[in-house]
Amino acid sequence: MSTRNDKKEVETTGHSWDGIEEYNNPLPRWWVWVFYATIAWGIWYTVAYPAWPGLKEATAGYLGFSTRARVANEMAAVDAANADMVAALETVDLAALKDDENLHGFAVNMGSAVFKANCSQCHGSGAAGAKGYPALIDDDWIWGGRIDEIAYTVTNGIRNEQSFSARGYGGVMPSFADVFSGEETSAVVAYVRGISGQEHDAALAAEGETLFLDNCASCHGDAGMGSLAATREYEDPTALYPDGEMTGALNLTDAIWLYGGDEAAITETLVKGRAGVMPAWSEEFRPGSGLSAAEINAVAAYVHQLGGGQ
Amino acid sequence: MSSPEAPEQLYAAREPVFPRRVKGKFRNLKWLIMIVTLGIYYLTPWIRWDRGPELPDQAVLVDLASRRFFFFWIEIWPHEFYFVAGLLIMAGLGLFLFTSALGRVWCGYACPQTVWTDLFILVERWVEGDRNARVRLWNAKWSVNKARLRLTKWVLWALIALATGGAWVFYFTDAPTLLVNLVNGSAHPIAYTTVFILTATTFFFGGIAREQVCIYACPWPRIQAAMMDEDTITIGYRHWRGEPRGKLKKQAVDANQGDCIDCMACVNVCPMGIDIRNGQQMECITCGLCIDACDEMMDKIGKPRGLVDYLALKDEESETQGKPTIPVLKHILRPRTILYTALWSIVGFALVFALFIRSDIDMTVSPVRNPTFIVKSDGTIRNVYEVRLRNKHGEARPFGLALNNGSELNLDVEGSEGTIITVNADEMKNVRVYVEAPAGSEAASSERVPFTFWVTDLTNQERASVDTIFNGRNN
Repeated sequence: MSTRNDKKEVETTGHSWDGIEEYNNPLPRWWVWVFYATIAWGIWYTVAYPAWPGLKEATAGYLGFSTRARVANEMAAVDAANADMVAALETVDLAALKDDENLHGFAVNMGSAVFKANCSQCHGSGAAGAKGYPALIDDDWIWGGRIDEIAYTVTNGIRNEQSFSARGYGGVMPSFADVFSGEETSAVVAYVRGISGQEHDAALAAEGETLFLDNCASCHGDAGMGSLAATREYEDPTALYPDGEMTGALNLTDAIWLYGGDEAAITETLVKGRAGVMPAWSEEFRPGSGLSAAEINAVAAYVHQLGGGQ
Repeated sequence: MSSPEAPEQLYAAREPVFPRRVKGKFRNLKWLIMIVTLGIYYLTPWIRWDRGPELPDQAVLVDLASRRFFFFWIEIWPHEFYFVAGLLIMAGLGLFLFTSALGRVWCGYACPQTVWTDLFILVERWVEGDRNARVRLWNAKWSVNKARLRLTKWVLWALIALATGGAWVFYFTDAPTLLVNLVNGSAHPIAYTTVFILTATTFFFGGIAREQVCIYACPWPRIQAAMMDEDTITIGYRHWRGEPRGKLKKQAVDANQGDCIDCMACVNVCPMGIDIRNGQQMECITCGLCIDACDEMMDKIGKPRGLVDYLALKDEESETQGKPTIPVLKHILRPRTILYTALWSIVGFALVFALFIRSDIDMTVSPVRNPTFIVKSDGTIRNVYEVRLRNKHGEARPFGLALNNGSELNLDVEGSEGTIITVNADEMKNVRVYVEAPAGSEAASSERVPFTFWVTDLTNQERASVDTIFNGRNN
């Protein structure tokens, strides 16, 4: 406390509450100077940094600081740090990716982010799929589960009308409502349930066999194994089949059903047909919003290691 | 309440303290503790400890970059931070114990502030002479001689401070490498900044601020006051023996005069600049130097030692009534200190126990429940697990994975042919593991099947296990 008022009577504010009075001492000098300093600081700060709101935006500030720019810089720094890996991923031989443990690990992490942002809406965040959207973690592949095949599917899409090289182009599961009578439909359903090892009426299924061979086997194969198996059986299994050869007809003999394997679901498929579409993700088909070659390779690597990769 | 006419001054300028040199048993103990503690501090980073080619060979290392703490044969990982928590609890309880038994013994002997201040005062005495010379120098006008002495002292202080700040950073990275880098200017700026800040603070706290740190800055003396009682050992002056004090006159000791000859020896040696004869004071760090000084004087005038002594508050009451001195051990052994010792030991034993039983293998299993299970084309039910394996050793090691429920469930590891997982040295590996129940098996059609993952370190056959659940089709 200051000793300045030692000699004279201390002035009071004149207020009195229950006999308690308030001294009217001057503020300590150091306090006043700090107060002035804060004012000076405040003025400097509003000039140096974005502060004064305008009609459209605030003043930019003399120092040109911006949190957005800082985030952009940080992201650019991360991108720069990853540039070598991304460049390597762009041109990598996918079949040999797993041999480079470091690059593969990077690809899986990057692919995980790409998947969550772009693929999980249909295939699910755990890649378990849903009705009409194939699960990517099982061992059943419609269009091939090798890493290069996955990358091809992501790049070109399925039933992509912009591209003749997209697989399944022009091929869908047609409606058989005009072909089969109600009874014939039941017979074919019974037969399909039979070849997939489910409960069925054997007599009805025997009727359905001929109908199946006449109408369905052209795509699903005589044994009902689907187009992928047919392609793999007759030709070089390591070749990539971009078009034509593959229709995407499902394997009807296994335990996995894209649209459901019970009688009602199979009947509905038969009567109404199915035509699932996978969008193409390359820049070629979605300019400005597509995935880069490195991102496609990364997401292929990620999907490939989820458990179903071939 | 001070009247407005004469308000109390709340600011007092520091009275410089010039502690005189003293000899005695407590002084010797303080020298010993200084040599041991400073020796530990300066030399520890230079001790080497072989951990194999992939791990650092520094015996004590806080490796912030890879988040490890190495202490000789012990390696603490971040998830074992509870060891540090336990050590802090022990340190706390230890301080409670020592404070309730021996008062501010930490302040007087082991506190870095005390130890470094002691060292700085020693240097000051070497350069400028003992108390009287230093007082004279303090009062003298600036001259070439004063400047020379001051400069010499400051340079020596700065060198000690630099060594102190420099030693700190060696605990955080390989010391020999860092020393070379520090000297040739290629060390990280953080290292230089840390060295600079610690050098500056050491110089300031040890050389300039000294006892003011204890009096004004340190919270510990205040906390300690709450833990002391009438049995706590502090430094006291036997005023019932010393008073009334009087100057020693040749051959003529007044019969009414007490033992204190008012020689001021106890005041002159005090590093805190207080007079212990005024009784217990906040400033007193109980370093015992006044005891040494007084004992020396008592020996000279042929009086018994112990006019200034380590005493408890209780002693005053009993000794003024003419009872014999209570032995120190009797003060120290009381329920409170025994309880602190017991608690301290329990935590200590628990930590040592935890250290010995901690598994060398670290495996965590998190079931992937998105989705809960997968049907494969042949009807097999598959569950996915994220298995994390930690290799705490200095070389890459293979780990074998197995299930206890082998007949029903099958095991598969993503990206590898068998079930052997190789983890690099001192790393953690995350693998996707598949557990499958064949179509039609009991596990496949049930709701939940508990089972156990077993992992074997194939190098030393050590095993560990984690229990988890398999979700069947009816989940």
